[in-house]
Amino acid sequence: MTEHIVIVGGGTGGTVLANRLAETLGPELERGAVDVTLVSDDRNHVYKPVFLYVPFGKKTVADAERPLADLVDRKIAVEIDRVEAVDTDSKRLDLRDGGPTSYDHLVLATGAGLAPEKVPGLAEGGHHFYGPDGAEALRDELATFTEGHLVLSVIGTPHMCPAAPVEFVLMADDWFRERGLRDDVDITYTYPIQRAHGIQSVADWASEVFAERDIRLETFFNADEVDPDDGVLHSMEGKELDYDLLVGIPPHVGSDLVTAAGLGDDGWADVDRHTLESTHAEDVFVIGDLADVPTSKAGSVAHYEAGTVADRLASRVRGQVPTATYDGKTVCFIESGMDEATFLEFEYGSEPTVRAPSKPIHWAKLGYNESYWLTARGLL
Amino acid sequence: MNDSEYDPDVTIDSRDATCPGPLMDLIGKVKEAEPGTVIELQTSDSGSKSDVPEWLDEAGHDLLDTVDNGDYWSLFVRTN
Repeated sequence: MTEHIVIVGGGTGGTVLANRLAETLGPELERGAVDVTLVSDDRNHVYKPVFLYVPFGKKTVADAERPLADLVDRKIAVEIDRVEAVDTDSKRLDLRDGGPTSYDHLVLATGAGLAPEKVPGLAEGGHHFYGPDGAEALRDELATFTEGHLVLSVIGTPHMCPAAPVEFVLMADDWFRERGLRDDVDITYTYPIQRAHGIQSVADWASEVFAERDIRLETFFNADEVDPDDGVLHSMEGKELDYDLLVGIPPHVGSDLVTAAGLGDDGWADVDRHTLESTHAEDVFVIGDLADVPTSKAGSVAHYEAGTVADRLASRVRGQVPTATYDGKTVCFIESGMDEATFLEFEYGSEPTVRAPSKPIHWAKLGYNESYWLTARGLL
Repeated sequence: MNDSEYDPDVTIDSRDATCPGPLMDLIGKVKEAEPGTVIELQTSDSGSKSDVPEWLDEAGHDLLDTVDNGDYWSLFVRTN
């Protein structure tokens, strides 16, 4: 009997997992003991960290995309389709084009979506760099922005890549300095809690750098309305902030599939943080941004989680007891300008140290972004 | 099971949370919650005991109770 593994989602988590399974379960795939199908509604794999560089003209949206078919091992079936419902009792999926499909093991890796419409006025009044269209629109806006108040407001909690807003303002500061415009551009960064970042050590580091570089820090600021006509940002705490150019990290959403299938009550899937198995259904794993685990929604997390799930699935298929676990490992490069960066590495329960930024780490980040395509193929 | 008189509508397990941390986890849930929702935030970060009340005070929500469970704390919050 052939066991069916279905992966839903063709981002970092889904793609790395598919390729890891192709390698780990190679003999079983060859003899038909197992088959693996990756379902994605996008023909392209999108590497989102590239979008941070698009507003500054350092990368293009095309740099973030590769056809899934070029990245996924041929032993894996790739279906371009959309999963419209999950029934974990009968272990079936409804595909928009392909109809009902059964699974023995399911992995959901559909990522996080953006929902700027949840904050009145944000879609009209704000820019962002969390998707291709937003990043290109912000690039066009920055190109002609020569004076005024640039406000970056972290609105979405949770949001992807928690370091990216800090990176953006530090890069913008450097970028305007290089152009001789910094004296005419004020920069403000707002954050929901009483410090510049959720991690104390990152907050301490960022606050110091912001002060040195004349970036205003506004804490306890949870934007709940944008007035695009007057250029005003309003917060839950009753504060107002005038802006000329607003970069708002939008609210993020999980998936309606998760809520409808009873895998989590607000779109994010409840999982065991170490095994990535659903706490609500048998034989369902969730990885990447969709999984509600207490670390960053970041590509490195999806990558390491995929490795754990590949090992656990391989054990299951072989009738062995799975032993691989995910310890919360997260790796994160942080740009501190246009040519320097720092680096964090941590796992559940640990407090990272922020190393002094340097040019080699910046080049390592750019180098990694290029070699990412080897990661997606399961090679790195 | 908890030692508090409050029965939470929502429980957030932020024990051993790293990035971006327990308070950010709480804010995400508070933003989505109806007024009157009781939320239990489980945290192993001792900083939460001061961070969370400070934010609640600023944002106008109530801290109902803090329970020491030995290796983590439960902070009970009611949204307004």
